[in-house]
Amino acid sequence: MNAGFVIRMARREARASARRLLLLTAAITAGVAALVAINSFTDDLRLSVQQQARSLLGADLAISSQKEFSPSVRALLDTLGQTGLAQVTTFSAMAYTLGGSGARLVQVSGVTGSYPFYGEIVTQPDSAWRMLSRGPNTIVDPSLLGALGAQVGDSLAIGSARFVITGTVTRMPGDVGMRSALGPRVFIPGRYIPSTGLLAFGARVQREAFIRLAVGQEAQPIADRYREPLRAENARIRTVAESQQNLDNALGRLGRYLGLVALIALLLGGLGVASATHVFVRQKAETIAVLRCLGATAGDVFAIYVAQAAMMGLLGSLLGAAIGLGVQQVLPSVIASMLPFDVSSAPSWPAVAVGIGTGVWVAVVFALLPLLSARRIPPLAALRQDYEPETRSREPLRAPVLVLLAASVLGLSVLQAGSLRAGAGFAAGIGLSVGGLALAAWGLIRAVGRWFPHRWPYVWRQGLANLRRPANQTMAVVLSLGFGAFLLATLFLAQYNLLEELRLTGGPLRPNLIFFDIQPEQVEPVTRDIRAAGYPASAPVPIVPMRIQSIRGRPVAAIAADTAVRARQRRGGGGWALRREYRSTYRDTVVASEKVIAGRWWRPATSRTGAVPVSIEADVAADLGVHVGDEIVWDVQGVPVATRVANLRDVDWARFEPNFFAVFATGALERAPRSYVILTHTSDAAARGRLQRALAERYANVTSFDIAVVQEAVERLVSRVVLAIRFMALFSLATGAVVLAGAVSTSRYQRLRESALLKTLGASRRQVVQVVLAEYIALGLLASAAALVLAIGAGWALAHFLFEITFRLPLGQVAGLIAGTALLAVCIGAWGSIEVMRRTPLEVLRET
Amino acid sequence: MLHCESLTKTYASGGRELTVVKNISFSLEAGGFLAIVGPSGSGKTTLLGLLAGLDRPTSGSVTLDGDALDRLSEDARARIRGEKVGFVFQSFQLIPTLTALENVQVPLELRGMHGSERAGELLERVGLGGRGHHYPAQLSGGEQQRVALARAFSNRPKVLFADEPTGNLDARTGSTVVDLMGELNRDLGTTLVLVTHDPDLAGRARRTIRLADGAIVADSAPA
Repeated sequence: MNAGFVIRMARREARASARRLLLLTAAITAGVAALVAINSFTDDLRLSVQQQARSLLGADLAISSQKEFSPSVRALLDTLGQTGLAQVTTFSAMAYTLGGSGARLVQVSGVTGSYPFYGEIVTQPDSAWRMLSRGPNTIVDPSLLGALGAQVGDSLAIGSARFVITGTVTRMPGDVGMRSALGPRVFIPGRYIPSTGLLAFGARVQREAFIRLAVGQEAQPIADRYREPLRAENARIRTVAESQQNLDNALGRLGRYLGLVALIALLLGGLGVASATHVFVRQKAETIAVLRCLGATAGDVFAIYVAQAAMMGLLGSLLGAAIGLGVQQVLPSVIASMLPFDVSSAPSWPAVAVGIGTGVWVAVVFALLPLLSARRIPPLAALRQDYEPETRSREPLRAPVLVLLAASVLGLSVLQAGSLRAGAGFAAGIGLSVGGLALAAWGLIRAVGRWFPHRWPYVWRQGLANLRRPANQTMAVVLSLGFGAFLLATLFLAQYNLLEELRLTGGPLRPNLIFFDIQPEQVEPVTRDIRAAGYPASAPVPIVPMRIQSIRGRPVAAIAADTAVRARQRRGGGGWALRREYRSTYRDTVVASEKVIAGRWWRPATSRTGAVPVSIEADVAADLGVHVGDEIVWDVQGVPVATRVANLRDVDWARFEPNFFAVFATGALERAPRSYVILTHTSDAAARGRLQRALAERYANVTSFDIAVVQEAVERLVSRVVLAIRFMALFSLATGAVVLAGAVSTSRYQRLRESALLKTLGASRRQVVQVVLAEYIALGLLASAAALVLAIGAGWALAHFLFEITFRLPLGQVAGLIAGTALLAVCIGAWGSIEVMRRTPLEVLRET
Repeated sequence: MLHCESLTKTYASGGRELTVVKNISFSLEAGGFLAIVGPSGSGKTTLLGLLAGLDRPTSGSVTLDGDALDRLSEDARARIRGEKVGFVFQSFQLIPTLTALENVQVPLELRGMHGSERAGELLERVGLGGRGHHYPAQLSGGEQQRVALARAFSNRPKVLFADEPTGNLDARTGSTVVDLMGELNRDLGTTLVLVTHDPDLAGRARRTIRLADGAIVADSAPA
């Protein structure tokens, strides 16, 4: 092979076919732009996390616990915190303004010391944070002001204390915006916590101590040294590096998954390259035959066009990378609202290099298969244009090229997904959907041939015949249009099903207002008050906080130290399940949201001897490694309670009902310290607010939760995530449009000639247009129907396996999507045919 | 220079066998000028293709300058085409994406030479010295065929094959092209094999083979 000649020919050929090759280039551009944008942005995020790491934690070290710090922990804090020590005590409470009408569940944080040591809590007005500790002041999330109709300067009631709202928090390092939507944050000076009178009731309290180390003191050795002793005291120690690592992992996942959506655009572009190359090779057949006559080998010819594909891929990728860096500037406004810190934007050269490399690779690999046929064009074709080689032997390189193609798609997916499993699943999904669409296109071509509607009017017959003529565009259009529609429909179905599930769980008769932390003596008056206001009140559900003391006779600490459990812990299971606080209930009946999957439910008994039967939720049981029949001893606030696992349950957590990891048989916990939950329902949001307010005033410790608020928050989160995905999916659409335009324009010549002939033979312009429309209506309907079937499959799989919810199909909207896609196809066909209508037959026939 | 023995080519067409070239044998000496004539469908072009090594015969053999083409691989035949054979086509077959000069350069570049100088000389020789940077579409039919001639001679071929070289040209232009071919044949000693309908053109050849139904029916100088 003669490399110099190959490169020169590739360049000369490219120069003259620029317009056609431009399509090849453009097909790659959008995908590379998407990849570079998202990967460069992810690098930005990581860099920002790195730069802002200390302010994310606000200190060098943090020690947290759900319990009051023990004397030994406090002694440790005194030692470590000599340079700087601050404490934040957080608990849930109802807050309401004296003048307003509603009440809202909030997260109250009592701050002592000069937290944060690093970074800044930005407030409105600026001085509010500094002035907080000067008196009974409070700084709140802006969303709370909106919810309560309050403003800065108003008086806020929390328990039995009253605070003056002196400002709002506009930005807090390390805090994800979503948290505040569920329970708005309220900051108060720590010394006023006792005056609320709320901690006396045994409510859940999170205590965090923030430590600033002296210059030169290393945080990590301290954390490593005290981690185990602190764990024994139910406290957890975190360093800046660790919280940075956590955030970094989370951001990496976000980036990688959005990157996968970008990869779809690139792979779709690859399909475009393949289809354009296929047509290109047909058009170049004569040139190739002449080159062969002049002494070029099949290998030379193949190399010329592979080199050309690489050049076009490089050009497209360079352009894509430039666009991607531009898009990167836009991404923060799409994604940053989900992020707990500021993002500074700078091009990431590794991301650019990877993007360009991937683009060139995709262009070449997808061009290889159609280019193989260039090897098969015989020199004799230069003498006889109708010549077809009579030996249809198998191309020996076909199988290796197919393997290379599949390996490339898999490899790129795995690299982008960051895991073999996710990457392989993604590649398989892409393969299945492309395969499904290709099968549909192939089926259409076959079906038109097999059952040709000979009795239909002429324009329809001609239009349908076009679907299977030589060098038809059926495959290219169905793939590009279908894949775009498939992506959109799948996204839509996923979003619809997630939100619908929430809407239904909050349906008209389900409870939508929950009161909890009700003390035993408050159950009766609270129930009476709810009923007096005209609303139903459910039977009170008792809740008893407890921890696990031992399983099968082994203390939790010993189990946790096991190497096996440690391994599981690293995967995110075991340790937490062993140490967490369980809020359990007792009853003798199974409720609607539960299903026993192993063992049997117990019979109610008036008196019991021996271990108490207990039912454990299946996932937690797996984390704990317990089975039916195992013995668990619980530490119920100092009192050991022996139980035996009677059965395991599946719980439908999506239902807003009091659900539990552990349910005890009656008779064992009735005298334990406990609180109650009562549910009620009213469809009137204002009435819910009034009821919350009335009970908050009367029973300061009773908190309440409006499900509609949760729903709104989740809907906001879902729509933000969907927005981000949709934004990335836009690139796939852009690519799809390019591929479509390519298909239309490559068939343009054929179409021009054909319609000129039709006109010469006496067809009216109207008839010629109808022929085109018939073809595109068939293509559009097929592409959208095939896409829809695939999207329903994908949507069902997502709902069933990932979200674990019932799949629902919104028929009306789905029909609209089909019609829209078909209409798009017709518009594109019509656009491609404008020239057909404008030019006279003679003009066209003379030209070709 | 060129020798074929019992050359037969059969195509499978629409389920039945079609023998296009039947048992043809002849020899042509170096520097010879052969015209192959016959009605449409008589197998002229197929015979030309087989002689030039563009396809493999079903049976029989072709020897070109000592190389048995029927026994060589496709790539080896490509090399021989590049070194020893030149082509002129009825429809010129210039590569539309290359300039006139680049078209002439191709065979030279395939052999690893740059060749723009020699290509320029050849264009000069066919009277197109100033048109080297024009694309085929910017040239008239006669001019295109002259570029094709320059290309065919660029690698100093032993044998030049021409398929209806004047078929797409008017009489006067055609005559100019044929004159040029004769001149090159004389000056360089190139063996010429051409397929034609045109009795005038055939008349200028030193030997004529007439085909009908794939077989030789007349040969002006029997081997």
